Amino acid sequence: MTMLEDRSTTNAKLNSKVPTGALADKWDTFKANAKLVNPNNKRKFKVIVVGTGLAGASAAATLAELGYQVDAFTFHDSARRAHSIAAQGGINAAKNYQGDGDSVSRLFTDTIKGGDFRSREGNVYRLAQVSVNIIDQMVAQGVPFAREYGGLLDNRSFGGAQVSRTFYARGQTGQQLLLGAYQQLSRQIGSGGVRLFNRCELVDIVVIDGRAAGIVTRDLLTGQVTSHAAHAVVLATGGYGNVYFLSTNAMNCNVTAAWRAHRRGAYFANPCYTQIHPTCIPQADETQSKLTLMSESLRNDGRVWVPKNADETRPAHQIPDEDRDYYLERLYPSYGNLAPRDISSRAAKRLVDKGQGVGPLKNGVYLDFSAAINRLGRNVVEERYGNLFEMYERIAGENPYEVPMRIYPATHYTMGGLWVDYELQTTIPGLYAAGEANFSDHGANRLGASALMQGLADGYFVLPYTISNGLAPLLNKSVPGTDHPEFKRVEAEARDRYQAYLNVKGTRSPDYFHRELGKIIWDYCGMERDRNGLEKAISEIPALYDEFKKDLRVTGTGEGVNQTLEKAGRVDDFFQLGMLMCKDALTREESAGGHFRVEYQTAEGEAQRDDENFCHVAAWEWTGDANNATRHEEQLSFETLQLATRSYK
Amino acid sequence: MSHTLKNLTVKVWRQDGPTAKGDFETHVIDSITDEASFLEMLDVLNERLISQGKEAVVFDHDCREGICGTCSLMINGQAHGPQRATTTCQLHMRSFKSNDTIVIEPWRAGAFPIVKDLMVDRSAFDRIVESGGYITSPTGGAPDANLIPVPKPVADAAMDSAACIGCGACVAACPNGAANLFVGAKIAHLNLLPQGQAERYKRAEAMVDTMDEHFGSCTNHGECSAACPKEISLDVIALMNKDYRSAKFKNRKELSRN
Repeated sequence: MTMLEDRSTTNAKLNSKVPTGALADKWDTFKANAKLVNPNNKRKFKVIVVGTGLAGASAAATLAELGYQVDAFTFHDSARRAHSIAAQGGINAAKNYQGDGDSVSRLFTDTIKGGDFRSREGNVYRLAQVSVNIIDQMVAQGVPFAREYGGLLDNRSFGGAQVSRTFYARGQTGQQLLLGAYQQLSRQIGSGGVRLFNRCELVDIVVIDGRAAGIVTRDLLTGQVTSHAAHAVVLATGGYGNVYFLSTNAMNCNVTAAWRAHRRGAYFANPCYTQIHPTCIPQADETQSKLTLMSESLRNDGRVWVPKNADETRPAHQIPDEDRDYYLERLYPSYGNLAPRDISSRAAKRLVDKGQGVGPLKNGVYLDFSAAINRLGRNVVEERYGNLFEMYERIAGENPYEVPMRIYPATHYTMGGLWVDYELQTTIPGLYAAGEANFSDHGANRLGASALMQGLADGYFVLPYTISNGLAPLLNKSVPGTDHPEFKRVEAEARDRYQAYLNVKGTRSPDYFHRELGKIIWDYCGMERDRNGLEKAISEIPALYDEFKKDLRVTGTGEGVNQTLEKAGRVDDFFQLGMLMCKDALTREESAGGHFRVEYQTAEGEAQRDDENFCHVAAWEWTGDANNATRHEEQLSFETLQLATRSYK
Repeated sequence: MSHTLKNLTVKVWRQDGPTAKGDFETHVIDSITDEASFLEMLDVLNERLISQGKEAVVFDHDCREGICGTCSLMINGQAHGPQRATTTCQLHMRSFKSNDTIVIEPWRAGAFPIVKDLMVDRSAFDRIVESGGYITSPTGGAPDANLIPVPKPVADAAMDSAACIGCGACVAACPNGAANLFVGAKIAHLNLLPQGQAERYKRAEAMVDTMDEHFGSCTNHGECSAACPKEISLDVIALMNKDYRSAKFKNRKELSRN
């Protein structure tokens, strides 16, 4: 494989459709000009929403409130289980309730800068604008955000920002926001505005005459494959971090919906932009099935350090300050322990690689609260982080009030995803992507407490406007129903695919292959990447994938519940995505945010962007083979900000 | 420091479908590290079953960090096992000893029919929330978030109740299969907050009535709260009962018209 073959092409499909005019006016301009569907006509349109996390639940509920017929799908038993629920720390909004200098434009600047100038300016500005509406909406839904004694909302600060703009509900902000959206969705289910299909997994997208016509699903209780037609389809199906096998994602998070859309013509953007979260509990043993994140908010009061001496044997509390390296405070004095995620993660990796790691496997760094406990008292620390400390003790078997926590980076979030335009529409007309499933707002690195913000922004305040703009021209025009031969063809393909997994009758389980694939991707396309490693991955993955096709063993049948079969389908798609990730990482010959190419770094070891050649979104087109995707580029331009090297020193 | 557990006998409930006859299947786990979580122990068992050409044990699980509420399991007769305030996914094998026998069953409750093996159907919970477990506030019309001050103790108490993860341990632990703790928690969360006042009594009435269609009656055993991984207090049931009773008085005028 040479670089020349991968030279990009520009493509008419990659029209971002960002309105012209000043940045601050673009969203208003869009709304002022968007086509509307009158209230009586809305019920003539059906919208499918796949996924019931923050983006999916808020979109489904809002679209139903507006009067559209909505069918919502989740593979969980209940709409309340989506992995948005696990977000701990908080949600950003430019409310400036603390009067500390925050504003829409500052949140915009922080997000662009945090994303290392690889996100689309217009989308990010809109995100910052609607952030304030989200807090209003969620408080109205009854989300019990933390309060000051006077009854007003409290805020905390978070990595990558110098203001306190993060709203939180103890260490369970994601849970409380998701329950708010779930309850709003439940109200619509109760009143008949939304039909919910639970334990039902999307297995393909149906495109007829170049437009999304609906989806094909597999009922996880019966194995039945069914078609669903609609005027528009929204994928709010989350990220693909589980490609690494070990990640902070829930066990069932997968890329299938986005990947199947990609195979049907939706471009996949920047798959190599993955985020490694700096504060997770290190792997303890070989049976480990997932990694648990400890909220980044802990870095507000915890100090990160390692022993200066790699041969250190004393327990943490016996190591005096002069023998400790508080390396974040040393390297990044102005942000200190709150340096952005990618920077903190790489700093930890370098010290662990140098042998300065702590814990039985020397695979972590300390996050120490003793100074905070001395300064604030144990009560205050317990009030802020009590549930996180308990969680740590349950998992690690150590008490963090007495012994410093041990943390290490783990895959956490994926900035890449389906390419979408300003209207969140993919390159397949009628198919939209929201939340982590799309690529749009975080560039090469997402700031803490911004995932919840983006999911809810997309679902509550963007999609409802942009979908009407897309649907209005379809009024009183007929769209294909599920009796269309294309639906039957795609259904048959899906049935055959699942039957094929059962038919291999090899010797290895889907989990075996997933674990092996994850190791390759983590080693060569994880925290640090280089050409040799990526080329190695690109040769090793197809070999393992061939073995998967020949030696997979799925026990049981295709009828009734079969979790092994579900897993086989998801691992299949991870293989193909994994190839594309490595290819994307190889062709992006620069370092940016979460994508750190060893070859492209400054003398101090910081990421070195190449704005001349790579200030663009890489959007990949499926050509029938994961090995031969075509790379397209959407150029990024910055009207108000100067491209600058990130510095958190 | 990690240790290795030897010779665990695992008796796990297998049942092909809702109406099939079920039975315990016995497996011996020769050795496993005590750093493994309980569900990772089941992963190891399932890998072995698949390698033997047998069907893996079906069980619900997802986040594996104690927040999504998907996992369940009666472990040696206790919902979520022996550790206080801990979901099955966060229970670790260090809670067990070598040579232990571990009995694993699905949630046992009439309102949660078995789907397969250890997986049950908890959708009755969703029906209750759909009947009134929300604040009606359509998108777009919300006033500024700081317009309604919420006293800190009120916000804290609402948060205590809102911490419920909807796992169903309360129902499984209850000798009557009652859902009062789950429903009480949601009613307390919303009825304590100023934003929830407009629908307070309608909510209590609708949710309790829907609950009664599916679940048994509460007789104040308190097993629910003892089993709750989020330690929801029994106080929420008192608040629910108080609001339900008030609702019956407040709505009398309306009821008499029916």
